[in-house]
Amino acid sequence: MNTTSLRRAIVPGVAALALAASLAACGSSDDTVSASGDSSSTASTGGAASGLSGKVAAGGSSAQETAQESWRSGFGATNPDVTISYDAVGSGDGRANFISGAYAFAGSDSAMSEDELAQAKSKCGGDVIEVPAFISPIDVFYNLPGVKDLQLSPATVAGIFTGKITTWNDKAIAADNPSVKLPSTKITPVHRSDSSGTTDNFTDWLNKTAPKVWTWEHSSDWPTQVKGGESAEKTSGVTDTVSGTEGMIGYADDSGVHGLKGVGVAKIKVGDSYVAPSADGAAAGLAASKTVSGAPATVLAYDINRTTTDPSTYPVFMASYLIACPTYDDQATADIVKGFLTYAVSEQGQKAAAANAFSAPLPADISAKATQAISTIS
Amino acid sequence: MSTHTAEPPAEAPAPPRRRRFGLGDRVFSGLALLAGITIMVALAAVFVFLAVRGSAGLHADSSLYPAAGNFVAYAAKLLFGTVWAAVVAMVFAVPFSIGLALFVSHYAPRWLATPVAYVIDLLAAVPSVIFGLWGLRTLANAMKPVEGWLNAHLGFIPLFSDPLSTSGRSVLVAGLVLAVMIIPITTAICREVFAQTPRLNEEAALALGATRWEMIRYAVFPYARSGVIAGVMLGLGRALGETMAVTFVLGAEDPLVTVKLLTSPSPPTIASNIAQRFQGENTGQQVVLLATGLVLFVFTFAVNFIARWVVARQERKLA
Repeated sequence: MNTTSLRRAIVPGVAALALAASLAACGSSDDTVSASGDSSSTASTGGAASGLSGKVAAGGSSAQETAQESWRSGFGATNPDVTISYDAVGSGDGRANFISGAYAFAGSDSAMSEDELAQAKSKCGGDVIEVPAFISPIDVFYNLPGVKDLQLSPATVAGIFTGKITTWNDKAIAADNPSVKLPSTKITPVHRSDSSGTTDNFTDWLNKTAPKVWTWEHSSDWPTQVKGGESAEKTSGVTDTVSGTEGMIGYADDSGVHGLKGVGVAKIKVGDSYVAPSADGAAAGLAASKTVSGAPATVLAYDINRTTTDPSTYPVFMASYLIACPTYDDQATADIVKGFLTYAVSEQGQKAAAANAFSAPLPADISAKATQAISTIS
Repeated sequence: MSTHTAEPPAEAPAPPRRRRFGLGDRVFSGLALLAGITIMVALAAVFVFLAVRGSAGLHADSSLYPAAGNFVAYAAKLLFGTVWAAVVAMVFAVPFSIGLALFVSHYAPRWLATPVAYVIDLLAAVPSVIFGLWGLRTLANAMKPVEGWLNAHLGFIPLFSDPLSTSGRSVLVAGLVLAVMIIPITTAICREVFAQTPRLNEEAALALGATRWEMIRYAVFPYARSGVIAGVMLGLGRALGETMAVTFVLGAEDPLVTVKLLTSPSPPTIASNIAQRFQGENTGQQVVLLATGLVLFVFTFAVNFIARWVVARQERKLA
């Protein structure tokens, strides 16, 4: 008796499960559709064709996605026969796929680790080329009607995000803003729930500038030990959440905060003055940083100077890299990668990215160094 | 397919045999078999993929299991979040779906029933991302006063206790969004089975002096029970596996076990956790996420299997 009822149960059970599984599959496929790079931007404009042709696959950082699009369309204008695809699969996967050879070049929000450099070296047959190509200021922004020009010191920001500061009229905030009348609204920090380069750079800045309050090392995942506040998915989730409720404060890429209504952007204390986020400030911040020592000459990985006291710099920013091999098996691929990367770090390419992704153009000397490194591709 | 319906009567003894094994029948039966096998193979392939790729995630470095330390605790916490959100959704969706289906099949006049049924079916066509954005931007804000009221008046019940989510985003909102998403599928199935109740049973009940509600209770519900459970299970399957809507609304991060409905951060679900972490910097965590996917797979399978078994037993009792 029991076996018959079990058998009767199995068949429809499997069918229902299959449907549930396919529904789940539909749900999860939503997030990859938008990620696949589309290179329809190779429309011919009749400009001077370079003679390059071929297909190149690349991918990585999702923060670079908009910038990559503008580079593709700019590069495609003069190279109509070149197809470059960029999958915004995330920095980690971008580097992994570059090392495995699936991508000819990768975009990454953080520089390669020593292990990865060694692996990539054996794959490429030479030291990899790693250059900064996308600098984006990170804004600390808040929803507090009536309060403009909020100024915050790093220790105050760290206090807010660790949950130690709970109301807007806290002494620490008042000390940073002597001339502003602050309400007693509850303060709720919002951080990224997903893994992100923005979080990595924001926590690095907190750790370097307010080590006593923020005792955790930089990490692309929000530290588990930090309690309180709310979390939200991706830049858009953070901006939606902060702009939706009074009293909230969050951090996000400058491009995400641009044009957002109902929020103010805080000035951050650098040295003795308070500095508003700006593309120029971020670029100056990179110029004030040193490259990681001991790395091969073609690796322009920066150890970002967060503790600068120069008021012309804005130290809360993200530098995202392009990673490529020095040599490729196929001459056409080498030419395309070289040409595309050269364009990306050029003044023109940086301007295109700045216009679309609100990134900061690379300082001229860094751009020159990057071009120099890229020129070794053969 | 209907090529041999016009057989001459002279061959009277042959047609049944021919009809049974005609070319069209064989092709169709082959196609049907293929479709059935494809589903089984696809399912098996998914299972094998998860098992092979995820097996390393069962005993990875403890730092890869945030807020837990080992796989069992990590998966159990995530499974709690998954089941919890689904249960909240079912609490809203099941009574609503059954009521709605009854309204369409037995109460509403025809001119109203048809458009209502259409609209409900249309709801199923809205992509889950849209529901997620709606939940995050609109419903969460709209629910703030409701959540405040619940907390103020029923805060002594752990479900509604402090701390209140400032942005309004909470398991309650996620459950509501999920409920809206599973209502179409559950309602559609309930409506179908309610409408299939034999007319004679209904009329017999009415003739014995039953009111309309009594007729539904004694004639429609017993007849439709297994169909309703099937519809509820399909809805539950969707709620358990739903990804984007929950990811948007909750924005939850580390696994968490709490029955508080109105707080933030909330417990993440297995699917939303995978969606959020898979593109992370740490590619080593992917195996762990795939292993949690395997847990969800097995769990959904078990839930459906048990439900079917229960239904089958019920049917036998009634027979």
